Amino acid sequence: MREESFVRDKLLPVGTVVALLIVVWYIAVVFLNAPFERDTAARAGTEISFSQIVHNTMAQERPVLPAPHQVIAEIWDTTVNKPITSKRSLVYHAWITLSATLLGFGIGGVLGILLAIGIVHNRAMDRSLMPWVIASQTIPILAVAPMIIVVLNAIGISGLLPKALISTYLSFFPVVVGMVKGLRSPEAIQLDLMHTYNASQAQTFWKLRWPSSMPYLFTSLKVAVAISLVGAIVGELPTGAVAGLGARLLAGSYYGQTVQIWSALFMAAALAAVLVMIVGFAHTAVLKRMGAKP
Amino acid sequence: MNLPILVAAIVFWLFAWAFNEWLVRQRFQSEIANRVAHFAVPVLFGITLLVLWEGIVRGFAVPSVLLPAPSMIWQRLINSLPTLMADFRQTFLKAVLTGYALGCGLGFVVAILIDRSPFLQKGLLPLGNFVSALPVIGVAPIMVMWFGFDWQSKVAVVVIMTFFPMLVNTIAGLAASSHMERDLMRTYAASWWQTLIKLRLPAAWPFIFNALKINSTLALIGAIVAEFFGTPIVGMGFRISTEVGRMNVDMVWAEIAVAAVAGSAFYGVVALIERAVTFWHPSIRGGGA
Repeated sequence: MREESFVRDKLLPVGTVVALLIVVWYIAVVFLNAPFERDTAARAGTEISFSQIVHNTMAQERPVLPAPHQVIAEIWDTTVNKPITSKRSLVYHAWITLSATLLGFGIGGVLGILLAIGIVHNRAMDRSLMPWVIASQTIPILAVAPMIIVVLNAIGISGLLPKALISTYLSFFPVVVGMVKGLRSPEAIQLDLMHTYNASQAQTFWKLRWPSSMPYLFTSLKVAVAISLVGAIVGELPTGAVAGLGARLLAGSYYGQTVQIWSALFMAAALAAVLVMIVGFAHTAVLKRMGAKP
Repeated sequence: MNLPILVAAIVFWLFAWAFNEWLVRQRFQSEIANRVAHFAVPVLFGITLLVLWEGIVRGFAVPSVLLPAPSMIWQRLINSLPTLMADFRQTFLKAVLTGYALGCGLGFVVAILIDRSPFLQKGLLPLGNFVSALPVIGVAPIMVMWFGFDWQSKVAVVVIMTFFPMLVNTIAGLAASSHMERDLMRTYAASWWQTLIKLRLPAAWPFIFNALKINSTLALIGAIVAEFFGTPIVGMGFRISTEVGRMNVDMVWAEIAVAAVAGSAFYGVVALIERAVTFWHPSIRGGGA
């Protein structure tokens, strides 16, 4: 077995695939946007050369598929060049979505952990609730999103909370399932040991069950934070495109602003990546403090 | 406020709860009775939820715009079966099933194709994992723009959403067979194809079915949300978003009930096939709970 090398085993393959994707993207840009250029040329009654087409497709105002550099320019323009408080700033919209995501993730995480504790300690809860928790995962819960928003809006609750509720709903299930697994992960032999120490149920919980559930908790938290961002974005759709990344997507699709859609999409992707990474760092930090081997 | 109904619902809840607490502590003589009891607990819990819901809505006279009672939703469901059926056909039969088959099939084929190239695997695996965590649903407006309002654009969204989980899981599954087993195949002078079909694919089934199960939910979500971005005047997502706008909340709930049943049934079918294909796996043979 050779030593794992960062450049050879990570950077090079991933870099190659990403480079390949970008090349494919540029080729697709030319092909998808060419019909429009040919149309304009035909309407103007002029011939258009291939090199001219290639040049033009890279800089259309409303392309079918914007070129990567257009998207990056748009992101740069809307993050750095605009004041953060402006409604045109992508940072402003990202912040709106992020705050709903985090609030929902927080509530969902706490609720999920509490429910898991209940399920582990009460047989009736386990047998009656667990099948429904699993069944609810198979239900397209995002379909409920518009209703929650509109109905809560009708009784005067609007803004952050309804969106956060959708995120809560989505992020809460992975946490329950993961935590139940984690709290049950101590082996019978370890539980017996606690028993011989005459440990109370609370002591068993804090000294054995809770620490051994940590890897499971963080794994499901990673899933939960990603899905909670999806919830916040979808939650912004039915409010009529006021603010947030979801609203940018919807507004972009109404007005055919493809560059705006793609930049919102990239922003959402970056946000998801950062959130998952933060949870990942917390994971390693906690495990390290608990003395786990890296 | 209608006190008797409310009280009746709460009394029912308490009784059902007590009965469940009693039921889970019982050990019956016959195996059948045990199995029935095992089944009865969650069912009773579900019924209790419905009764409590009905009781609270009627007891407090909650306006139906806010939260309709289950009986009202059921009424609505029965009365508008043709509409719901048309929506189901448009969203589920056309968009979800086509997209699911295409997306899962593509993910599987690509995973097999790059199986011989560790370089590509190392490149695609982190990317696939990364994309799986992204809000892929955001491509929906773009797909609607490219493929039009009808179900083709929803298929495209579903394909993109289901492709990456399938790819990642298949790659992980194909690596699941141990070195010993692969060495054994080598001593038999088995070709790459023989090793793949006789050893590595069977070992990969649990991973592949895991992806199939995840995807069954994702596909339905993808199709429904994609319809929020534009659709002909039929489809589950379309119905939900327009009826919400018209404050016909009972219709929305009826549609959600259909979606829930369709989603659960879809998942259930995949899980049943899994049981049949991976009958040898410890989780199905029933070693430990």
